[in-house]
Amino acid sequence: MPKNSISLMTKAFAVLKKDMQCEFRTRYALNAIMLFGITTLTVVSFSVGQKNLPAEVHAALFWIIIFFSAMSGLAQVFIREEEAKTSTVLRLTASPTAVYIGKLTFNLFLLFFLELIISPLFILMTDVEVRNILLLATVLALGAIGLAGATTLIAAIISKSGAKGALFSVLSFPILLPLLMGAIKATTVAFSDTGGGFSDVSSELQLLISYGVIMITASLLLFEYVWEE
Amino acid sequence: MWWKILTFIAMCWVIVAAFSYPAPQQQIGEASRIFYFHVPQAWVSVLAFLTSMIYSIKYLYKGNLVDDDRARAAGELGLVFCILATITGSIFAKITWHSYWNWDPRETSIFILLLIYGAYFGLRSAIEDPERKAKLAAVYAIFAFITVPFLVFIVPRVMPSLHPSDTIIDESSKEGLSMTTRMIFYPALASFSVLFFWMMDLARKVHTRERQTQEDSLS
Repeated sequence: MPKNSISLMTKAFAVLKKDMQCEFRTRYALNAIMLFGITTLTVVSFSVGQKNLPAEVHAALFWIIIFFSAMSGLAQVFIREEEAKTSTVLRLTASPTAVYIGKLTFNLFLLFFLELIISPLFILMTDVEVRNILLLATVLALGAIGLAGATTLIAAIISKSGAKGALFSVLSFPILLPLLMGAIKATTVAFSDTGGGFSDVSSELQLLISYGVIMITASLLLFEYVWEE
Repeated sequence: MWWKILTFIAMCWVIVAAFSYPAPQQQIGEASRIFYFHVPQAWVSVLAFLTSMIYSIKYLYKGNLVDDDRARAAGELGLVFCILATITGSIFAKITWHSYWNWDPRETSIFILLLIYGAYFGLRSAIEDPERKAKLAAVYAIFAFITVPFLVFIVPRVMPSLHPSDTIIDESSKEGLSMTTRMIFYPALASFSVLFFWMMDLARKVHTRERQTQEDSLS
C-alpha cells in the first residue's frame, strides 16, 4: 500500500494515541498540571475563600489558576520528544500537520480534564455562586480551545531552545492576553448575580471563537517551519 | 542621499514648530505639545513590528540570513520606540487624566507590545545555532503579530477608552485636527518613519558584520 494513502486524520489519531499511552505510563504532564492547579486553588481558598468577593475578582482568580496550571504542563508534549530523542523518528513517519493536530488534541484533552476537576473545586472552595452554568461551560470550552491553539506552537518553539520551562510562560503570556481578557469578562457575567445571559457577552464570545480559529489556522501554517530541521 | 537631508529638515521643522506654533491647549496647556512626539513614536513601534514580521516571512520563504538581521534590527528599534512611547504616554496620561497608568485599551496594547518585544529577544538569546535561532524567532514574530488586530480593533471596542476616538485611524474624525496641527503632525509621522528605516538599515549592517565575523572565527 502506498504511504500517502493513509489519511491525515488517521496519522494524527496515531500521534494522539501514542501521546496518550506515554502519558498514562508516566503521568508527568497530568501530575504537573493537576498538582499546580490544586496548589494554587488551595492558596486562593485559604486566603479569600470565606470572603464575599465581587464576581470580577472570582473570575480573574479562576483564570489565573487555569492559565498558570496550563503553563506548567502543556509544553511537555514536545519537550518529551526532544528529551527522548524521538522527534526525528516522528518527523519521518508523520507529516507536520498530522503531528500538530495530534499534539493539539492531546493538549486539549489535558485542558478539558484540568477544567473538569478545577471548576467544581473552585466553586465549592470559594463559595462563588454560578448564575449561568451553560455560559460558564461555553466560556471554559472556548477558552480551552484558544489556550491549546496558541500554546501548542509555542511549546514546539521552546522545546528546541535552551531554557525550556522559563520561556514558555514568557512567550505565551502576551499572545494569550486578548483571550484571557475576553474569558475573564465573560466569566464575570456568568458569576454575577445580575444574571446575565449569552446576549450580554456576545462580543466576548465572538472574540473567543475568532481567537481560537485564527490561532489554530496560523499554527497549522507555521508549524512546518518549527518542526522540520 | 537627498532623503536623508529631507528627513533632517523635516525633523528640524517638527521640533521647532511643535514648540512654537500651536497655541497651548485649553485644558492641559503647554503639555499638549507632547502629542507631536508621542503619537509618531507609538506609530513607529507598531510599524517596526510590522516590518519585523514582513522580513520574518521573507526569511522563512527564502532562507536568507540577511532578512533575519533586518527582522532583528526592526525588533530592536521597535523596542526602543515602544519604551519611548510608553514613557511619554505615561507622562501625557498623568497630565491629562491625573494618573500615570490606568489600563486604558491603548495602554494595554502598548504594554502587550512591550511584552512581545521582550519575549522575542528572550527567545533569541536562548538559542545558540544561528539558523535555528532565525527560524524560531521568525515564527514567533509572525505568530505574535497575528494578535495585533485583537489589540488594536477588538479590545478597545470591548473595553471603554479614554483616548480620543481614533483620530488617526478614522478618516471622518480628522476634522478635529486643525490646519496648523496637520502641518506639523504629518511631517512628524513621515520623518519618524523615515528615521526608523534609516536606523534599521544601520543596525542591520552591524548585525550582518557581527554574524560574518562569528562565522569567520568558527571556520
